[in-house]
Amino acid sequence: EKSSQNLFSKLGKAIVGKSKVDDEVLDELEEILITSDVGVETTIKVIRRIEERVSKERYINTTELDKILREEIASLLEENNTNDLADFDLPESAGPYVIMVVGVNGVGKTTTIGKLAYQFKQKGKSVVLGAADTFRAAAVDQLILWGDRVEVPVISHGMNTDPASVAFDTVKKAVELKADVVIVDTAGRLHTKVNLMNELTKIKRVMQKFIPEAPHEVLLVLDGSTGQNAFIQAKEFTRATDITSLAITKLDGTAKGGVVIGISDQFKIPVKYIGVGEKMNDLQVFNRKEFVDSLFKK
Amino acid sequence: MFDNLSFKLDRAFKTLKGTGTITEINVASTVKEIRRALIDADVNYKVAKDVTDRIKEEALGRDVLIAVSPGQLLVKITQEELTKLMGGAKEDINLKGDPAVVLISGLQGSGKTTFSGKLAAFLKKQGRQVLLVGCDIYRPAAIEQLKTLGGQIGVEVYAEPENKDAVTIAKNAIAHAKKTGKKTVIIDTAGRLAVDDKMMDEISVLKSTVNPSETLFVVDSMTGQDAVNTAKTFDERLDFDGVVLTKLDGDSRGGAAISIRHVVNKPIKFISTGEKMENLDIFYPDRMAQRILGMGDVISLVEKA
Ligand SMILES: Nc1nc2c(ncn2[C@@H]2O[C@H](COP(=O)(O)OP(=O)(O)OP(=O)(O)O)[C@@H](O)[C@H]2O)c(=O)[nH]1
Ligand SMILES: Nc1nc2c(ncn2[C@@H]2O[C@H](COP(=O)(O)OP(=O)(O)OP(=O)(O)O)[C@@H](O)[C@H]2O)c(=O)[nH]1
Ligand SMILES: [Mg+2]
Ligand SMILES: [Mg+2]
Repeated sequence: EKSSQNLFSKLGKAIVGKSKVDDEVLDELEEILITSDVGVETTIKVIRRIEERVSKERYINTTELDKILREEIASLLEENNTNDLADFDLPESAGPYVIMVVGVNGVGKTTTIGKLAYQFKQKGKSVVLGAADTFRAAAVDQLILWGDRVEVPVISHGMNTDPASVAFDTVKKAVELKADVVIVDTAGRLHTKVNLMNELTKIKRVMQKFIPEAPHEVLLVLDGSTGQNAFIQAKEFTRATDITSLAITKLDGTAKGGVVIGISDQFKIPVKYIGVGEKMNDLQVFNRKEFVDSLFKK
Repeated sequence: MFDNLSFKLDRAFKTLKGTGTITEINVASTVKEIRRALIDADVNYKVAKDVTDRIKEEALGRDVLIAVSPGQLLVKITQEELTKLMGGAKEDINLKGDPAVVLISGLQGSGKTTFSGKLAAFLKKQGRQVLLVGCDIYRPAAIEQLKTLGGQIGVEVYAEPENKDAVTIAKNAIAHAKKTGKKTVIIDTAGRLAVDDKMMDEISVLKSTVNPSETLFVVDSMTGQDAVNTAKTFDERLDFDGVVLTKLDGDSRGGAAISIRHVVNKPIKFISTGEKMENLDIFYPDRMAQRILGMGDVISLVEKA
């Protein structure tokens, strides 16, 4: 908070009484945005918008500039399309609501699934997890331990089995159990590996044999400390399997996760969740205002 | 994917093209584009500034040969500077002591456990007797993961599933290595954030207890601007000996490599290029420089100009 106030008083001094934002202000702003991983292109976009607005609204004061800045950045972040998703609520669905979780290696997919299961359970929902990462060493064990921890059943066929058939059985079992939510874990994969990306389509397809609308949600997990590559990840995963929402993890560290601003803007995908630790309650519903504010905190 | 960079440099080189000399004015826009390209490749903002300042100085100081266009010269200088920055000759891992201890550290999910397995396989191939040690007592199934990898490569894994003290486990593991004639001990640790004081304390105590001849910092090549902060804190607490850059089988540009080197001045000793146990490579600074710059493109661009 303190540092952001300092910044704005500095910005304010440079700007009061002017109808143009001068270089000093822009340099300052550029540094903040770039070092938050916002990326050059989105940073330029933000700066242009600020310049435009300031040129219209003369004699701007610090508080106004602060407000404009945050508004412009927030406007690049896609609104959650389920109105006012203030909590871990899920839309109504006939039968279990199916979430498939995807992303590159080590971003926090399995952990996010454990945390989500915990949150949904807290809301009184019955949850079934599917261990469709049958590749990474001990991936199934990891999900089963999460299942034990949050007390939800995990459907698995063990390691080195067909992930699509695990997903199929998970949905089947969830229908039998009349579960409210199904969350399917998948192996981490780099978006450059064509075969592995195609595998996602297959996993999706088999679930549709049971529930035609499944998966209702494809959640792409991005590591908050990832730089500009996250952009390509979003692009390629969207291409392979329609991504409906994003989760950004590891925001309990010093990384700001700013790359998500450009992603959300360009691909019109809402950010739904943020991961802020390794424990089961370290997941939060994304809040645009708080996220933007965090960019300006040291 | 390098379209953007090509376009930007193309535009910048056009300004330079036709002029035979490099002056303060005509170099400025090119240098700016190079800086942008570096930032797009995830080189830290301040480091990119430093590097391009240096490139500019180099460029202005040099006479332009008639045969070389200013654009070509700048690309060459940039590549040279980046290569220099990441350290000239390759540096080997230090395995002193009986047993020699290697301590693996890094953020969550960076690839430590996978790398531990790979390093064990790599050293085993050289005829060394290796013991892998599971000191990650936090992550669910971390020990199982290491045991699976150990099984794949035929290397023993030491673990104490009931013990919740990483330091004691490591001490016991070294005693076990001595007893069983293992010459190298590789200690896998839990992922931790640099701002997590308790966890950073744990690993620095671990280090002073086991006295490793090599402490490695494992970092995901997709890491963005924050790489400098993390590397700095880990280095302050651990004074690590080298860096491992992982997941280079993807299309990340890997600018973090420059940032880290610039900030902590420790060599990158290995690169990880896949999930399989054999996907381990030695680091070549010149190749990395080309990767960061998207060099294939830059070279063809200059030829076009
Ligand atoms: N600090 C922090 N650590 C996290 C967070 N989310 C996940 N992690 C840690 O990141 C590491 C990787 O998490 P996983 O859930 O295994 O990631 P994954 O995407 O399933 O990995 P793969 O299946 O191997 O691709 C683990 O050590 C987690 O505890 C978070 O929000 N904050
Ligand atoms: N594509 C690719 N994946 C890798 C590479 N190195 C590791 N991985 C994958 O990245 C994920 C995380 O690797 P781990 O070795 O579990 O990472 P870690 O640092 O031990 O994670 P924590 O113990 O949770 O902190 C796994 O899915 C690995 O298979 C690599 O070089 N390339
Ligand atoms: Mg996983
Ligand atoms: Mg590990």
